[in-house]
Amino acid sequence: TFLSEKQCYSQLFSFENVRPGRNVNLSFEKDRASLLCMKALANRGRLDSVSQQMASHPQYLESFLRTQHYILYMDGPLPVHYRHYIAIMAAARHHCRYLVSLHSAQFLLADGDPLWLQGLEAAPLRLQHLDHINKVLAHQPWLTARSHIQALLKTGEQCWSLAELVQAVVLLAHCHSLCSFVFGSGSDSDTTPTPRVHHGTPPGYCLCDAANGNTALSPSLAGPTEKAPRRREEDEAMFSADPSRFVTDPEFGYQEFARREEDHFQVFRVQDYSWEDHGFSLVNRLYSDIGHLLDERFRNVASLPFPHSPDLKRAIWNYIHCIYGIRYDDYDYGEVNRLLERGLKLYIKAVACYPDSSKTPLCPLSWAPVKASDKVHVNLLVMEARLQAELLYALRAITQYMIA
Amino acid sequence: MEKLTRVSTISGRTMFCHLDAPANAISVCRDATQVVVAGRNIFKIYGLEEDGFVERLNLRVGRKPSLNFSCADVMWHQMEENLLATAATNGAVVMWNLARPCRNKQEQLFTEHKRTVNKVCFHPTEVNMLLSGSQDGFMKCFDLRKKESVSTFSGQSESVRDVQFSIKDYFTFAASFENGNVQLWDIRRPDRYERMFTAHTGPVFCCDWHPEDRGWLATGGRDKMVKVWDMSTSRVKEIYCVQTIASVARVKWRPERRYHLATCSMMVDHNIYVWDVRRPFIPFATFEEHKDVTTGIVWRHQHDPYYLLSGSKDSTLYQHMFKDASRPVDRANPEGLCFGLFGDLAFAAKESLMSAPPSVGDVGRKTYPGGDRRYPIFFFKKPDVTEQFEQVSSALSVFESEAGSSVGMDWFINTAQSYLLSGKPFGELCEHNAQVAKRLNRPQESTTWTMLRIMFSEPANPSLSSNHNLNKSGNLPLVNSFSMKEMSAALSERNKENRQDNLHSLETNLNNNDENEETEGSEGQAEYLFGDAELDDDDLYSMEHDNQAAEEPEYLLPQEAFPLRHEIIDHPSAPEPVQERPESPHVSGSETESTCLTSTESFSLISVSQLLFSPHLPPKFFCPIVKEMLCYYAEQGDVQMAVSVLIVLGDRIRKEIDELTQEHWYMSYIDLLQRFELWNVSNEVIKLSTCGAIMCLNQTSTTLHINCSNCKRPMSNKGWICDRCHQCASVCAVCHHVVKGLFVWCQGCSHGGHLEHVMEWLKHSKHCPAGCGHLCEYT
Repeated sequence: TFLSEKQCYSQLFSFENVRPGRNVNLSFEKDRASLLCMKALANRGRLDSVSQQMASHPQYLESFLRTQHYILYMDGPLPVHYRHYIAIMAAARHHCRYLVSLHSAQFLLADGDPLWLQGLEAAPLRLQHLDHINKVLAHQPWLTARSHIQALLKTGEQCWSLAELVQAVVLLAHCHSLCSFVFGSGSDSDTTPTPRVHHGTPPGYCLCDAANGNTALSPSLAGPTEKAPRRREEDEAMFSADPSRFVTDPEFGYQEFARREEDHFQVFRVQDYSWEDHGFSLVNRLYSDIGHLLDERFRNVASLPFPHSPDLKRAIWNYIHCIYGIRYDDYDYGEVNRLLERGLKLYIKAVACYPDSSKTPLCPLSWAPVKASDKVHVNLLVMEARLQAELLYALRAITQYMIA
Repeated sequence: MEKLTRVSTISGRTMFCHLDAPANAISVCRDATQVVVAGRNIFKIYGLEEDGFVERLNLRVGRKPSLNFSCADVMWHQMEENLLATAATNGAVVMWNLARPCRNKQEQLFTEHKRTVNKVCFHPTEVNMLLSGSQDGFMKCFDLRKKESVSTFSGQSESVRDVQFSIKDYFTFAASFENGNVQLWDIRRPDRYERMFTAHTGPVFCCDWHPEDRGWLATGGRDKMVKVWDMSTSRVKEIYCVQTIASVARVKWRPERRYHLATCSMMVDHNIYVWDVRRPFIPFATFEEHKDVTTGIVWRHQHDPYYLLSGSKDSTLYQHMFKDASRPVDRANPEGLCFGLFGDLAFAAKESLMSAPPSVGDVGRKTYPGGDRRYPIFFFKKPDVTEQFEQVSSALSVFESEAGSSVGMDWFINTAQSYLLSGKPFGELCEHNAQVAKRLNRPQESTTWTMLRIMFSEPANPSLSSNHNLNKSGNLPLVNSFSMKEMSAALSERNKENRQDNLHSLETNLNNNDENEETEGSEGQAEYLFGDAELDDDDLYSMEHDNQAAEEPEYLLPQEAFPLRHEIIDHPSAPEPVQERPESPHVSGSETESTCLTSTESFSLISVSQLLFSPHLPPKFFCPIVKEMLCYYAEQGDVQMAVSVLIVLGDRIRKEIDELTQEHWYMSYIDLLQRFELWNVSNEVIKLSTCGAIMCLNQTSTTLHINCSNCKRPMSNKGWICDRCHQCASVCAVCHHVVKGLFVWCQGCSHGGHLEHVMEWLKHSKHCPAGCGHLCEYT
């Protein structure tokens, strides 16, 4: 049976595009990708379609998986089931069924209370309080203000600690941006997002990833044999979970960041608050090591081999930031119009701002890239740029809170 | 000579002024009379007067200022006092000439950089030379007489964060980069850097050449370090390293002080520190005025070490006087005292203090019988007259404790190992712990345990409580309470037996009473209790009691407590249980050891307790006192006692003490236990604790190291696939999936897999699922 699995791996990567002229690296890269995916598969018992898509950029995939693993399972102030619930809340903002069901299953495995999955009202107040910043970050991050941070940190029964809040914010930003990628790559349209390898292993085992994080599933008196089928049922039940039950104020969505000349202050100037100088130091101080991991992600996406000119890459990145109200003093925004064709701009905007397949149909998006890998590349850029944008706004608000 | 006179004319005080906008950088003119402040929305020149800043000139002119005015950096020419250069965030390098007659002082504009220019720098001696470093990775050298750059240096890497001309070497400049590298260039050779080395992990935000020492370069980075490099040798050598608490945004050597430098941070930390690089652990001086990050620091005059200017994002400009700086060193404790694990004591202090023998004798007085063995080790610091330090010479003495002496923490270890915290009924635990404490010669703790048992023992179990109270020493095992469980219809008979039992064991234990007596009498608490119990006893076992009293006259003493008891009955809280008792006698009983009560048993108890009119004090009554007692122990440093009692009492006391305090106690105790390598005890404590924060200690940072089952080498990274042989580790022989969780394997053929799968398999097959032919067995 092991042989057949290997075949299965190789099938997984058969779609990987072959870049002409890079044959020397190719076999190495391919090996690397397949090893990574094997690891992911062994870890989680399934290879999600997101990783499959990213596998064309193994170097990036590695840093992505590492970050994701770190924020979901490794040392951090929040309990594991909280993390998954926050991920659910974040994904639900964009009606991303795929991520909601994925994290619902993981939430249950981390011993989360199934009741919470009935909706946001069933979750603890503390998590409900996070809803507002979730909403703002997802759609109009420029509204994130010191007062939001202050409200969450105000001492009381349901208050957050600064370290917890930073982890929550990183999680939210990660999941929001991942929604964009999922939407862009069309993974969400799969109604059955679990291409799990069925070999008779009960899902309880496959997903025992929690054992990695040593979350110490309390040994219930019921034997594992009894447990497994129950899990499966829950799993299946959750896949049909409706994201809208984790959403309040569903009308709140992206609005054009109108740059009005009279209020300059609204524009976020990267030269005044940048990831490298400010964001990194703050986030790394409050949530150790995450800064390095995120830094590596940003670096990796910046250094991905892009078949087109580096100017195009910068134009895409700055255009996404511009959509979110972040401006670079040293960039001529006329270049965006020169370099990005209309179709591509529309595509980027849809993926970045309206990654909601229930509202925005992907098909009418007229941008048709020459190669599939280009599309993945653009999706990655959108995801990372969006992640950084949200982080910058949230971290700036936290900085302002700390100064005051 | 000329220098000195000029310096002496500088005077002033610590002062500040509000700016209209956050500053990004500041620079002073050569004669130290004016300072320029530049930022995104500010570009002004202030005069430095005796008693304040005076705005001299606003260089931001025009109705709608362009981004050329948005400055990331500014530098005042050090020879030509009318010239200024700014680095604009949009990538422009702008020259300003104050001598221009019109309002707009902009003289030249270089727009060669594609990205933000982070730094501009004039050559210290060459009038017309200007250098810039930009985000685009290029450095450009401009000749002010020409319209464009004369040479371009490519760092071949990410953005340039700082450029600095060497002060001593005419042709050399240093550039620091975002990727952690520092490059040295010769301005005559734009094709290739002379030297390159990695100075920091992450961006190097700043660098500064030493004003006197040729070849000394200080760098500061996002990794929170300041490093001093010696470039004069063939290999670049790190000679000093200062670890700060936040990323280092600027570093500036202090004039006239060879080892001093000032730093400020990019984020979070708003202070300015002056370090002596030879003393990297504590800042020499600190300026704490700013409310937001300091963005620019500059010494007012290049030969005056007493004035520091700083600009900040909080929109203020400060002049700091060195004499007004706070000196963390003064606040630091100059004496050090530390216990070793085995009771040794190390003591470090200034030598002058140590030389006085009586004080040493004091330190090592009777607690250190072996304290005479001291080996002084002396640390001398070479006196340096230019320093403002006091001469430092201190001595370190180590006192060894004698092996086997009582000085050490043996009692702690013994206690930790011998205490029982769970697994037995409450009374027995207390009993046991009291014994342990007594054995270790700690009468107070021992008494406390006894008291606790008395206070919280099952009031619904008359035989038990009466026994305890009568018996005082508490040596009586709780067999009686268990025997009561078997009580059924034949209550009276059994009861009789019980009584006999009691009597018997009482007598055997009488000899223990003497020691405890005094302590019982010494605390009023015991008296109350005694009185109550006495009454139960009277009603229930009048016979025995009479005997008892006759045999032991000293037991008459507690009888005096009767009036006290009445007082307590009057106490509002006390009567309630008395009234409740007849209707629901097990209510108060269930409060404590309800776990061991079965229905039949409680039934029998009802029948018993109904007989008496027992004015029990509810266990709650004692909580405030116990709480006080716990706090007392914790205060005394005996957190062991506090935690042990907390655990043993469990729910009885937990709600009385706030969660944070409990957590604090637990943490301290666990820390202590771990220092003494009492891992088992510490784990038990963690397990028994009820604080969420403590319990999860067991669930974090646990690492399992596994070896690959194929190549037998350690699995280096997380995950289930070996990096070396690219095979899945620990595969289940049945389903061929990775086993996470319970793995069972045959000790004969060493094949195995998921527990369930192997069980299932072996139900209908005798052979190993791996097909090796071995006849595996599962039992």
